[in-house]
Amino acid sequence: MKQEPHAPRLRLPLTWVGLLPFVIFVVMFLVLPTMHIVIGAFQTRDGAFTLQNILDLNSGTIPSSYWISVKISVASAALGCLIGFGMAAAVVFGAVPRWFKSPLLTFSGVASNFAGVPLAFAFLATFGPVGLVTVLLRNNFGIVLQRDLGFSILSFWGLTITYLFFQIPLMILIITPALEGLKREWREAAEVLGATGLQYWRMVALPILFPSILGTFALLFANAFGAVATAIALTGSSLNIVPIQLYAQIRGDVLGNPHLGYAMAFGMIVVTAIANIAYIWLRVRAERWLK
Amino acid sequence: MSLWTRIAGWGALIFGLLYFFVPLGGLFEFSLKARRGVYSFDAYAKVLADPQFQQTFTYSVVMALVTIAIGVVLVVPTAFWVRLKMPWARPYVEFLTLMPLVIPAIVIVFGYIRLYNTSSFLPLTGSVMGTNLLLAFGYTILALPYMYRAVDTGLRTIDVATLTEAAQSLGAGWVTILGRVILPNVIPAVLSGAFLTFAIVIGEFTLAALLDRPAFGPYLQRIGANKAYEPFALSVIAFGITWGCLVLIQLVSRLQKTAQRPA
Repeated sequence: MKQEPHAPRLRLPLTWVGLLPFVIFVVMFLVLPTMHIVIGAFQTRDGAFTLQNILDLNSGTIPSSYWISVKISVASAALGCLIGFGMAAAVVFGAVPRWFKSPLLTFSGVASNFAGVPLAFAFLATFGPVGLVTVLLRNNFGIVLQRDLGFSILSFWGLTITYLFFQIPLMILIITPALEGLKREWREAAEVLGATGLQYWRMVALPILFPSILGTFALLFANAFGAVATAIALTGSSLNIVPIQLYAQIRGDVLGNPHLGYAMAFGMIVVTAIANIAYIWLRVRAERWLK
Repeated sequence: MSLWTRIAGWGALIFGLLYFFVPLGGLFEFSLKARRGVYSFDAYAKVLADPQFQQTFTYSVVMALVTIAIGVVLVVPTAFWVRLKMPWARPYVEFLTLMPLVIPAIVIVFGYIRLYNTSSFLPLTGSVMGTNLLLAFGYTILALPYMYRAVDTGLRTIDVATLTEAAQSLGAGWVTILGRVILPNVIPAVLSGAFLTFAIVIGEFTLAALLDRPAFGPYLQRIGANKAYEPFALSVIAFGITWGCLVLIQLVSRLQKTAQRPA
């Protein structure tokens, strides 16, 4: 008896092997190191389970550093959203010539990636003690930033306005498609029903845009919260924010307890993770309208 | 459009443009002030002649190239395979590639230091070469979200299944398919991922500083604490390189669009 020409052969499913190098790499250099930190946050020096490290976060300078970090992140995210929204709206709704749009988006794509040491120097050279704007204001208007306005680049507001340099472009990049998704019919329908411009914004446009704006806010928050290089180059260790304190801890165990360092890092992951989950969830909601 | 809307629009735009360009102008102006009373390129001359600058800069450039090589070898086959054979796995792979945006770099490198130290199962930080390798792997992770998205977008524009079958029917193996069919077709996407990787690596501070490698970012921060004008000249150079890379990406992606337009 002849065999069937196409007898079904039993084959092990092997397609997953093609994914193996990638998965191994990501597990080794992203997942495992992160897990190591997370698990370490719940361990004593001897390796036993404990919640003490997490509780200890509420001691010494740690709560205040989290608080300053959160404040800077909120301030730079909120201002970034506000200014970015204004700029995007000006371009999308034609308050300024339309040809501004393409260069603005290109520029935003570039600038939103620009955090780091050079950014800190740019702001030092502009708003620092002998910076361009500082000197300009002093010589021409008699305003001394530090004395008259209480402003110093090495402070809370100094760091906030520096972060805005990459926060505003990120907002522009994300919110422009959302603004363009507002259909003209909605505005016309509102006008036919007798709505004023303000009513249209308050009752139609803003409720639709709200998830996008809030989601971007969350993303900008996480963006500022994790920034290290700009802060270190700008303020050294004079401003006690979480990334700077963690940096010092990694270099020299300044907290005197390695597992407390793990707990601090774990806290950072929790904060950025919450912000990112909020972003993803709000984005899904926003996309219901913007199709 | 009412007058007030126009004024508000111009106001927002002008404010924003000032916000972007005044610090860049301030930086450039300051970097020229090394000689008292006149503008000069003294700070640049001093910086460029500094052997430490040359060493750290070369180190970072080599690091960036190694990172790009690892990234391409890792990402292109994976994205290709997922598109071709395992489309159901795409959301999961994509999720993994986005994780570096969620987990701060400082936490990742903290994990490296503890996990790959001299007493661990893989003592990468025990030797100079091992630490360099670890740094390159770390950079690959940092660049992963951008690299993966760029390549995946590139793959979307070509018919992966048909190209693969055509190559297979001519007798090509997987290496030939990837190297001579798929890669040439997604070169613009790979290039834009590569330029972004370059821009990220060249000025990166956190990983290099904490792994104690002589890279450009930590050098810039270090002389920023000690020298008056040089760090500003260096920042202008760093800005120039990064922006050059990012402008190149824009050009490449525009090229890609023109190339794909049906004749």
